[in-house]
Amino acid sequence: MSVDTEHVQRIAELSRLAMDDDQAREFAGGLSDIFDFVEQLDGADIEGVEPMAHPMDAAQRLRPDAVTEPDRRDDYQAIAPAVEGGLYLVPRVIE
Amino acid sequence: MTQETLSDWVRKLRAREISSRELTRLYLDRIERLDADLNSFVTVTAESALEQADAADARLAKGEEAPLLGVPVAQKDIFCTRGVRTACGSRMLDPFVSPYDATVVERMHAAGAVMLGKTNMDEFAMGSSNETSFYGPVRNPWDTARVPGGSSGGSAAAVGARLAPGATGTDTGGSIRQPAAFCGITGLKPTYGRVSRYGMIAFASSLDQGGPMAASAEDCGHMLNAMAGFDERDSTSLERPAEDFTAALDADLTGLRIGLPQEFFGEGLDDGIRAALDEAIRVLRERGAEIREVSLPNSHLSVPAYYVVAPAEASSNLSRFDGVRYGYRCEDPQDLLDLYTRSRGEGFGAEVKRRIMVGTHVLSAGYYDAYYLKAQKVRRVIADDFRRVFADVDLLLGPTTPELPFELGAKSADPVKMYLSDIYTIAANLAGLPAMSLPAGEVQGLPVGLQLIGNYFDEARMIGVAHQFQQETDWHARVPSAFA
Repeated sequence: MSVDTEHVQRIAELSRLAMDDDQAREFAGGLSDIFDFVEQLDGADIEGVEPMAHPMDAAQRLRPDAVTEPDRRDDYQAIAPAVEGGLYLVPRVIE
Repeated sequence: MTQETLSDWVRKLRAREISSRELTRLYLDRIERLDADLNSFVTVTAESALEQADAADARLAKGEEAPLLGVPVAQKDIFCTRGVRTACGSRMLDPFVSPYDATVVERMHAAGAVMLGKTNMDEFAMGSSNETSFYGPVRNPWDTARVPGGSSGGSAAAVGARLAPGATGTDTGGSIRQPAAFCGITGLKPTYGRVSRYGMIAFASSLDQGGPMAASAEDCGHMLNAMAGFDERDSTSLERPAEDFTAALDADLTGLRIGLPQEFFGEGLDDGIRAALDEAIRVLRERGAEIREVSLPNSHLSVPAYYVVAPAEASSNLSRFDGVRYGYRCEDPQDLLDLYTRSRGEGFGAEVKRRIMVGTHVLSAGYYDAYYLKAQKVRRVIADDFRRVFADVDLLLGPTTPELPFELGAKSADPVKMYLSDIYTIAANLAGLPAMSLPAGEVQGLPVGLQLIGNYFDEARMIGVAHQFQQETDWHARVPSAFA
């Protein structure tokens, strides 16, 4: 499967990656090669095979619904790009 | 003073023949003197290392015993370290100082290890050459025009050049074994779930596994004793009784059944590597191992299945980097979408973007069944192949890589070509099996890696067999002349 610049732009948008046309053009070749390459999977004999999500087919372990973590809000906010009054700052969402 | 392995240092520290401070100083000096040519460390924590060494010396003086008490090690920069920058090879995390320690870091600290610093790596562990790091490429100590492999290339180069007696790595598709092979050291990827992923920055969660990298198999056993164990903070951590991974060092190879997957010895394998493996097989046969050919008929589908599953999981895992809570944020964002897309567009490098886009595409509406579901089915078929052969053999043996370490830039322009560097290592990740690489020869002055793949939870036996091989050979003890 070959992808053109426009298709790359669409994937980049879904991926939340800013990308101009020049960059999209650069990615188009490599992405097309990768999609071609993984098409080898079409030849696999997988009739009736169950998909495998975990190497040991282990189920997710459950734990009691109890609070175990201490409050470290200050530590976590100290590494944020922008905070004020205990809140994370982002550009205005509602005008 | 570079002939000693990590295991030698463990003994000498216990016998009080050297102090942890002296030993730590020795490696810090080597890093300072020699790493400029390699770029294997991104952060050296000299001051805290010496403090930790003094603490270890105090514990040693009291006669305490812990697996790595006083031993200096390096941590791959994918493991979160409290108060020390954890950048994962990325501009995105260049400003990130972790507020907590990864379980692996915590456990190694409790075992008495001294952290020398953090090692360079491919960005978010995506790469096979260490060229995708935001901090520049790492160079191979055997030939600095060549790559050390990746993604744990900094750890491999540091151990190969004896700038550290041991280092941690992570392996999603070969990221411990391939650089171990390229740098002439021993590296082990444990059974999926052995080593906690808590605080290990996620790439592909159903494949990622941390493990040891050091000169010898015995060293890896000592490190794994400290690293492995159940952790309730990792939801895929396995509840297993504690195990001594050095318990089988005296293994008798008589009657050991070793399978050679014929698909690993076909076209595309370097002749020099093939010859080195033939010689290694001869050594093992002489020690009583039974060698037989086996087949993994679906192994050719490993790399394509991996390049659907791993990017899909990566696109999901890396969605957390949004410029809001931590990490890189673009200047002057116009609105929320602009904040997300520009922070990610500027914070991630090309290979990471490529994989996020592959993953986003294969998971998107209309493509899920054709790619992701199919790859998950192929994954089971590959795991079933292994299950079948392990009914007849104890271990599998083959090359770690199809070729010798390549030159910087040789594969940068062709992603698929780069991905095929991991053609022999990926299947073990898809199946969740333990696998290791050990030095088994030299071709044109460059090291050759031999890969062992074991059955689930068979690390101790693999380490034992590798150790016996290392009693007969000295490839693992060789140090590149510029760093001897």
